[in-house]
Amino acid sequence: MENVRRVISVVVENESSVLSRISGLFAGRGYNIETLTVAPIPNTNHSHITIATKGNLRLIEQIIKQLHKLVPVYKVIEHSEMVEKEMVLVKFPIEASLADIEALCSAYNGGIVNVGLDMFIGMVADEPSRVKHFVEAVARHKPIEIVRGGVVAIER
Amino acid sequence: MKMNGAQMVCEALIAEGVKTVFGYPGGAIMNVYDEIYKQDGFEHILNRHEQASVHAADGYARANGEVGVAMVTSGPGFTNAVTGLATAYMDSIPMVVISGQVPLSLIGTDGFQEIDAVGISRPCTKHNFLIRELSDLPRIMKEAFHIARSGRPGPVLVDIPKDITAEFGEFVYPDSVDIPSYSPTIKGNQRQIDKAIEAIIKAKKPLLYIGGGAVLSNASELVRQLAELTQIPAVETLMARGVMGAKNPLLLGMLGMHGNYSSNMAMSETDLVISLGARFDDRVTGKLSEFAKYADVIHIDIDPANIGKLVEVDYPIVGDVTEVIEKMIAGLKGKVNPERYLDWREVLERYNNLHPQSYIDSDKVIKPQWAIERIGELVGEQAIITSDVGQHQMWAAQHYPFDRPRQWINSGGLGTMGFGFPAALGAKKAFPDKTVINITGDGSILMNVQELVTAAEYKIPVINVILNNHFLGMVRQWQTFFYEERYSSTDLSFQPNYKALAEACHGIGYDVTTKEEFDAALKDAIEKDKVAFINVQVARFENVFPMVPANGALFNMMLPPKTEDNSKGEK
Repeated sequence: MENVRRVISVVVENESSVLSRISGLFAGRGYNIETLTVAPIPNTNHSHITIATKGNLRLIEQIIKQLHKLVPVYKVIEHSEMVEKEMVLVKFPIEASLADIEALCSAYNGGIVNVGLDMFIGMVADEPSRVKHFVEAVARHKPIEIVRGGVVAIER
Repeated sequence: MKMNGAQMVCEALIAEGVKTVFGYPGGAIMNVYDEIYKQDGFEHILNRHEQASVHAADGYARANGEVGVAMVTSGPGFTNAVTGLATAYMDSIPMVVISGQVPLSLIGTDGFQEIDAVGISRPCTKHNFLIRELSDLPRIMKEAFHIARSGRPGPVLVDIPKDITAEFGEFVYPDSVDIPSYSPTIKGNQRQIDKAIEAIIKAKKPLLYIGGGAVLSNASELVRQLAELTQIPAVETLMARGVMGAKNPLLLGMLGMHGNYSSNMAMSETDLVISLGARFDDRVTGKLSEFAKYADVIHIDIDPANIGKLVEVDYPIVGDVTEVIEKMIAGLKGKVNPERYLDWREVLERYNNLHPQSYIDSDKVIKPQWAIERIGELVGEQAIITSDVGQHQMWAAQHYPFDRPRQWINSGGLGTMGFGFPAALGAKKAFPDKTVINITGDGSILMNVQELVTAAEYKIPVINVILNNHFLGMVRQWQTFFYEERYSSTDLSFQPNYKALAEACHGIGYDVTTKEEFDAALKDAIEKDKVAFINVQVARFENVFPMVPANGALFNMMLPPKTEDNSKGEK
């Protein structure tokens, strides 16, 4: 079976060990985690965990079922119709072309967010595949550091 | 009522109807043991090793279906319990294990006897808790028992820091649980069940594939009714022995790596697998691509994650086996023609006549299979049989005439050597009037041999029949077949005097080399009503047959020899 990429959204009870239950499930059963983000859901005692993973369809089905089995898991959403966004921060030396980079950033839904004495930082928030393109496009400006944020997703 | 956390633990256990707790005290759990001393709501059995405590609680749960309870201290007390948790987890046994933990203020400081119990036990428990506030304790105890016994059962760990057991607070034990994120599917979708019924009616060569879930769900009577009504032949997994009853003409036997010929052939040729609480374990399926190759699959399981995990399923039904079979029987009544499967049953009967489950008996030496059959003849239905892991386990599963579920207690999923003796103690506590026999080997018995002392002290008279071939037999068998007879670390010729060992621990011991001595020893052990070791010298090089080599196709079985192979000589 062919490998597919899937974004799985998990709503969990916000308790101290819940992330280790989820990451441990993936590690213990040999499932792949591409990115993982966690944040509390406002005004609830729940958290939202977004996991991007890869595997054949049977494996993806297993992952979803195994996630469901965990006691603090309320909901597992796996949807092909997800709006996905990922953020990336890129640090450049001050000598780099600010104008070029700013134009690039705005083309990818971002901009320059910080300028210091010897560096400046660009930020982009876009679909994961576009973020990947952006990272490739800025490579020629010799970035000092790149930090990607992991995928967050919401059902359409 | 105001009380300390330790007393709350005891009150919760009493409220849950717990009669027996198996455990071992230590620093972090001492407050609870102080309260155990003061109460008389339940009995505490002091095993001589924490692993044995957990296996004993497990054996108790397997024997009577209630939640087994064990109690251990922090650090090494807990880590010793891990094998017991994993054993229960793999076989879905309802159990609550309570462990002490260092005080909250010391957690994370590498304190004395501190270990991250919830971290370690996460992959081998159904769920676990670390109690951080005394006010959570009653709720968590209630939830632990609920989670352990509901849905697909399993072990639950409750880790309690020492300062919480000392703190005082108000105790109100909740009547019900409220875990919105946890609601197992029990009922089974009627539309799916109807489709499955249609498939059964249309099938030509259907087969009931019965797993441990049928035992856990107490579905034995219904499974027998389903078979009786439809006249569909049945195979049992290792965990399901006893569900159909040995005398049932529709039972072909056990399937899998050491399944009998007709069972494995039935699975290879069936056109409709009806899986009742089985999970298509690799020891059952052999090579997956050849497993039930010509069949559609109806898979009934309370755990949706089991369905479609290994085998493509045509009729998935998530639900409790009992509930689903009830509906199936109702739907099949009057609609199914039992004559329809007559040809199929005849083919299978012919397979069984061709290669029955057999061995070649001997006058010179006791064959392990004979010993097991003999126990069956002498105590049969009224005994509970536990076992350790290895050749003796497979022979017991093949040759003992199990008549009812929960009569056969063994570690199937994890395959834990050292399980049988403490599990026998648990089973005997659950059913003091039944004869409880642990069929074991000279390798396994030493892995929890200290339980002789527990059994003697508490007068729990279980009988250990040691089928002694002076080998780690199953590994030796693989070395014979697949490693050109290089017996690397499997020769156990150097061994203790088992009779003297039993006697040194206030039990009773027997050395047996002949069939007459075997009968006499077993009868005497039952009469003496004392913990016993019956050390039986058996044929050294006997192999378990049939055998499907690992990852081979089920129909490619190595069959038992028709005549005795004497090239190995009886040493």
